[in-house]
Amino acid sequence: MSDAPNDARAQILGGIRRSLRRGELSGEARGAVETRLADPPRGPSVARGQLPQAEKVALFCQWAETLNATVARVGSAEVPGEVSAYLARNNLPANVAMAPSPLLDGYDWASQKMLSIRRGRGEGSDQVSVTGAFAGIAETGTVVMASGPDHPVSLNLLPDTHVVVLREADIVGGYEDVWGRLRARYGKDLMPRTVNTITGPSRTGDIEQAMELGAHGPRRMHILVVRD
Amino acid sequence: MESTAHAFKANVGHALADPNLQDSLAKLKVGFSERRRQAAERLPEFEALRDRARDIKNHTLAHLDFYLEEFERKVIGLGGHVHWAPTAADARRIIAELCQSVNARTVAKSKSMVAEEIALNEHLEALGIAPIETDLGEYIIQLRNEPPSHIIAPAVHLTKDQVADTFLEHHAKLGFDKRLTERNDLVAEARYVLRQKFLDADVGLTGANFLVAETGSSMLVTNEGNADLSNTLPRMHIVLASIEKVIPTLEDAAVLLRVLARSATGQESSAYTTLNTGPKRREDLDGPEQYHVVLLDNGRSSVLGTEMQDILRCIRCGACMNHCPVYGAVGGHAYGWVYPGPMGAVLTPQLVGVEEASNLPNASTFCGRCESVCPVRIPLPKLMRHWREREFEKHLTPKAVRQGLAMWSFAARRPALYRRLTAMANRVLALFGRADGRYRALPLASGWTRFRDFPAPQPGGTFHARWAKRKS
Repeated sequence: MSDAPNDARAQILGGIRRSLRRGELSGEARGAVETRLADPPRGPSVARGQLPQAEKVALFCQWAETLNATVARVGSAEVPGEVSAYLARNNLPANVAMAPSPLLDGYDWASQKMLSIRRGRGEGSDQVSVTGAFAGIAETGTVVMASGPDHPVSLNLLPDTHVVVLREADIVGGYEDVWGRLRARYGKDLMPRTVNTITGPSRTGDIEQAMELGAHGPRRMHILVVRD
Repeated sequence: MESTAHAFKANVGHALADPNLQDSLAKLKVGFSERRRQAAERLPEFEALRDRARDIKNHTLAHLDFYLEEFERKVIGLGGHVHWAPTAADARRIIAELCQSVNARTVAKSKSMVAEEIALNEHLEALGIAPIETDLGEYIIQLRNEPPSHIIAPAVHLTKDQVADTFLEHHAKLGFDKRLTERNDLVAEARYVLRQKFLDADVGLTGANFLVAETGSSMLVTNEGNADLSNTLPRMHIVLASIEKVIPTLEDAAVLLRVLARSATGQESSAYTTLNTGPKRREDLDGPEQYHVVLLDNGRSSVLGTEMQDILRCIRCGACMNHCPVYGAVGGHAYGWVYPGPMGAVLTPQLVGVEEASNLPNASTFCGRCESVCPVRIPLPKLMRHWREREFEKHLTPKAVRQGLAMWSFAARRPALYRRLTAMANRVLALFGRADGRYRALPLASGWTRFRDFPAPQPGGTFHARWAKRKS
């Protein structure tokens, strides 16, 4: 591709080592950073998210609403009905693009006679998407999406309205708990192509520093927090 | 972009005389900085997190070669590519070749200050490839053919009315021929116009807030979602990042994220924080087929191990400029190059040369607000002082200043002479009267008194004389 790419690499790494007045890391010094990488130390603990599970759920809902999402707390049998009702309340079409996920397939969508569902990736013309979530973060009311065949990233971004189905058991305190779950699911060091952590609808402060909702991503985010 | 940092004084003159700019800058005090204060107060651990953020960056810089190699290994392991670019020209060439390899006509670009640093847009345009800025602020200034004036809010120098005029001028041909007056209508129009461009783009180019060595991920923090559309819809995703963006682990990212958004806009969290790791997996339904990371040095490796190393901790939040009285008076364009405000006053001389940019580290009152809000505790005033020293060593300081300093140092090293001279100056100044405690004009000092008063000596003699009297 470019001329002698290995020279460029050697030039940069050599320049760094010259400036740091040492050669390539070796011995004990290398062992210490390898250990730090293998067993990452946590930063100062943030007390806000460290709560019993029920209070974590409540804190998640409170922050999500503060940061412009809407939240409905429902039982699992009520999920399809709440999706239909939300669309009706907001005068949105009863057509949704849904993530092809086993979790979502477990709900009784057939009960919603008026709801038309397309399963697949997001398209430019989609008005509403329905997806699951890998986790929720209580500290900031953030939902976490891990990409995969059951969760195309485009569904998080293209529609005007994003409806998220999040189980209470998947709500954790802070980012560190999400990293733990990612490592448990995908293996240490391995990641899905994309992990989106999303806090409320898309927004911009680029005109006169005033926050306006609905920049490029969804204008509305509705989160169904599902009791186990 | 071509630097006009050498013309700082002239730039400042224009900035102070621009009423739209002054209106926009007035909002900084009640906007970002007030919101930052509130956000910091809401999080009791904020100061401890800043200490930790500083330590993480220091640790990384001391082992930068190791973490870059580790990052590279992980990216390649997942089917991505890493390109090393010692200079801006190398980075431009690599990116252009990547775009040409897929016959790209358009590139959806998410705001990247490093792309500004290497003047990427001009290079791509010259090759017939159209870069489309998708961050709202960047889009506005791309239409206006202006450089960004702030590292996180590139159009912060413009008023809503100026944006409305710009949109009318450029969108009328697309059928939007009504001049808008509301901010949310302007946002909606830009969203509509840019949506199709995302869907049509061949390449998505983003920067990175962090590169995570542990996982080989690039991490992007945005509010609009434009970076995510850029890294998901086109068939090639190129990440352009400078080498000091690497951090060790996801745990370290958690610390840095907690201070980044709060320092930048006073938000608890930005709307989108995204980790991208490699290209689309075989079974994925969307995502780019190719994932490339371009690592740019451009002089940074030579800053390591020097008295300037602390600037490499910078996470580009913009808090230093939001709180800077000089930036607040003149805005970002006056600084003349890509990075304005205090962090720019330290970084720009490094990147374009102290000969070109020596005005910038001098454009500071050393009030220290920048250092007091910096999430990674960069001692910005100290670093600006280092530049002033280097400027002096290189004999770049203006002749009058050098002569004045030489005279002062001659006297200061001779205490008896110094006391006689200051006592004399005190008496001479007293001749001009000291009724108000200040002078509006003084002979031979119009350079000072044209813009501000000169304090009058108080009765009772010089400080030395009064101190001696007090002790006896």
